[in-house]
Amino acid sequence: MITQFLSQMPVLLVVLPLLAAPVCVIVHRAAPSWFIYALTSWACFAIAFLLFVQVRIGGPISYVLGGWPPPFGIELRLDALNMLVVLLVTGIAAIASIYARASIAAEIPRERAYLFYAALLLCLCGLLGISITGDAFNLFVFLEISSLSSYSLIAMGAKRRALLSAFQYLIMGTIGGTFLLIGIGFLYMMTGSLNMADIADRLPAVSDTRTVEAGLAFIVIGLSLKFALFPLHIWLPNAYTYAPSAVSAFIAATATKVAVYALIRFLFTVFGAAYAFGQLPLGEVLMVLAVVAMLSGSVAAIFQTDVKRLLAWSSVAQMGYIVLGLSMASATGLTAALAHIVNHGIIKGALFMVAGALFWRMRAISINDVAGLGRRMPLTAAAFVVAGLALIGVPATGGFISKWLLLEAVMEDAHYGLAAAILVSSLLSVIYIGRVVEALYFRDPADNDGKTAEAPVSMVAATWVLVGASVALGLYASPLVETAERAAAGLLGSGA
Amino acid sequence: MREHTVLRVVVKLLIAPILIFALYVQFHGDYSPGGGFQAGVIFAAAIILYALIFGLAEARRAVPPGVLRVIGALGVLLYAGTGVYAMLSGGNFLDYDYLAHDAVHGQHYGLLLVEFGVGLTVSSVITSVFYVFAGRGRRREQS
Amino acid sequence: MSLATIADAFFGLFNYWIVIVLMMIGFYIVISHDNLVKKLIGLNLFQTSVFIFYISMGKIAGSTAPILTEGDEAVYAHPLPHVLILTAIVVGVATMALGLALVVRIHEAYGSIEEDDVLAADFETQDSEAATERARQRSAEARQQAGARDDADDGHRAGGERAADGHGDERT
Repeated sequence: MITQFLSQMPVLLVVLPLLAAPVCVIVHRAAPSWFIYALTSWACFAIAFLLFVQVRIGGPISYVLGGWPPPFGIELRLDALNMLVVLLVTGIAAIASIYARASIAAEIPRERAYLFYAALLLCLCGLLGISITGDAFNLFVFLEISSLSSYSLIAMGAKRRALLSAFQYLIMGTIGGTFLLIGIGFLYMMTGSLNMADIADRLPAVSDTRTVEAGLAFIVIGLSLKFALFPLHIWLPNAYTYAPSAVSAFIAATATKVAVYALIRFLFTVFGAAYAFGQLPLGEVLMVLAVVAMLSGSVAAIFQTDVKRLLAWSSVAQMGYIVLGLSMASATGLTAALAHIVNHGIIKGALFMVAGALFWRMRAISINDVAGLGRRMPLTAAAFVVAGLALIGVPATGGFISKWLLLEAVMEDAHYGLAAAILVSSLLSVIYIGRVVEALYFRDPADNDGKTAEAPVSMVAATWVLVGASVALGLYASPLVETAERAAAGLLGSGA
Repeated sequence: MREHTVLRVVVKLLIAPILIFALYVQFHGDYSPGGGFQAGVIFAAAIILYALIFGLAEARRAVPPGVLRVIGALGVLLYAGTGVYAMLSGGNFLDYDYLAHDAVHGQHYGLLLVEFGVGLTVSSVITSVFYVFAGRGRRREQS
Repeated sequence: MSLATIADAFFGLFNYWIVIVLMMIGFYIVISHDNLVKKLIGLNLFQTSVFIFYISMGKIAGSTAPILTEGDEAVYAHPLPHVLILTAIVVGVATMALGLALVVRIHEAYGSIEEDDVLAADFETQDSEAATERARQRSAEARQQAGARDDADDGHRAGGERAADGHGDERT
């Protein structure tokens, strides 16, 4: 029985949330639904951890669905790269489960909370599915599952603008998803296969055709829409600003990262670095867009008065770092991108959780609303400072490690201009984080009722777990960097 | 449309054959064209037809939204549960070979169960979507 | 290029031309129309063109439907694209249902489904919010300077500003 369980673990990552979502709908009450969500996410996290260790020791795992062998049936394929992403997604989901209860009780009507948890579970199911599947079409289906559930999650925001944000995200996201579908169709046309490894084997024979080039273009643009690469980022600031706080934290930390993972998977495993970056000038295109994203996102963040919107624009900039890392297609660059996927996921999750805690207290989240809260909510405000420092990339935090790796990668290729852009963007992030910190600590509160009330313990604890994880990854970086290096080596090795 | 006697009689005659045809498409889906999606939509079409002619309140009384919610969730559970049952009897997820004593029967049961789950979910979700949209406008008119 | 090859490229691949035309019509509607429902219709058209693309990919000249009959030697169309597209159609239906549900809610919240009107309403709230925030920022700075000398009357002023901030963005 135990060996059976161990061999079934990969698919359980997808099946558990899929089973839990309808159970939430059947029980129809807020508290049991929350409990089911918490149980499922922690179970997934435990499974992800076991699998991570298993992959680390024994190498990639392949799981065959329905007894059909790989090129024909759907295969789940776990290697160093996607275990990193799975660990991030399940970890954030598990910690968000602690956070969500109080935050959701305050922001979503009680009778609709069960739907919220069901949608969150489906979103988790989709994200994990994208991360572990080895089948291109299956990836599209899971991408749409996670996107559809995140549209509905965003639409649950309290303000009416949440509806329009969700609608705009739906339009952009569906166009992105359909582009991906067209791209996969082109690949299927030329190779007759949907299994990623199998496509990769058959592609070199036909890679000179216009069809494959068009397929690559459609896939890159479709996925870029999903992870909001400049200039396809229009939907992101609104969606993150008006979503319920717990949703902002969860989606900002995971959804865009998983979409980038999908892009990395397609570019390096399916097409191969030699084709996408050697034969086609994709690296240069992505590099330019990444730099523009880094600078424009940071500049836009400086001029925001809404803290959540400020963080959302900073996400646009941070996606730029990740894409810059992968656009160099070197081992160091890819390592930096992977490390930053994890670090930024944790940091942005923590920052949005702080924003949610401030919102819980003030019922509003503009910089003027949070002024002076440093003394009233000391723990929450301190979490913002530490996570903000990590976002800037101060030494002894996770953000420093990935930015350092990125600088190293840039210097390796002697792109001094890029190094300057990274530094400028980091300085800009000092300004926007500094504005919030200044308001928190050095301004008088807007109202003088003088209550010193922290957010609920569960929210503060969850935030600090993420902040702690970020600091831990800064002080003790070798496991993450080593895993990212192995994953990068695996990607470049299979691509050559 | 209560006063249209012809429509009411014709619809009363039609609904039963539509439902039976839905069941036929459902349970012959493993041998001939058809299956859960198609059957679910046909089944839902019968309920929607009923609602169009006899009114939403009548339809809600015949097929309550709360029941639809539970059935829709049960369909997903049936689908995933079939896969989990295969896992518990020693196979991989959705490996129908392990559902019965031999592979042929196993495949047969697996297809039937999974398609039935799909059919349940599709029919109840389509009907729920119709209820939600139709009910929304009505509530606005009243208010 | 001779006329024959051009004609062949056009008529021989006519299904792909239809796909492209449908796709561009759908895409154009999504981009150009203000009405949110029309946008969704365009989006659906765009998706449908991709379905046709997949299905024509699975077609083999002279083939029949892939249904097994007794003692049959016929050539079947490739069934896999059909199955894939069945899944994609379901995704499309779900997207459409969610999109329409959002439009209904937008209509209830804003009283319009023209994107211009909705955005104008949004910009109005946004502008007034921004103005309030600027005013609060200025008064906070002024207070900060005054606060060094006298922080007695702070609560008074700030209380008034908070009341002024309460204009309606909350959904009813």
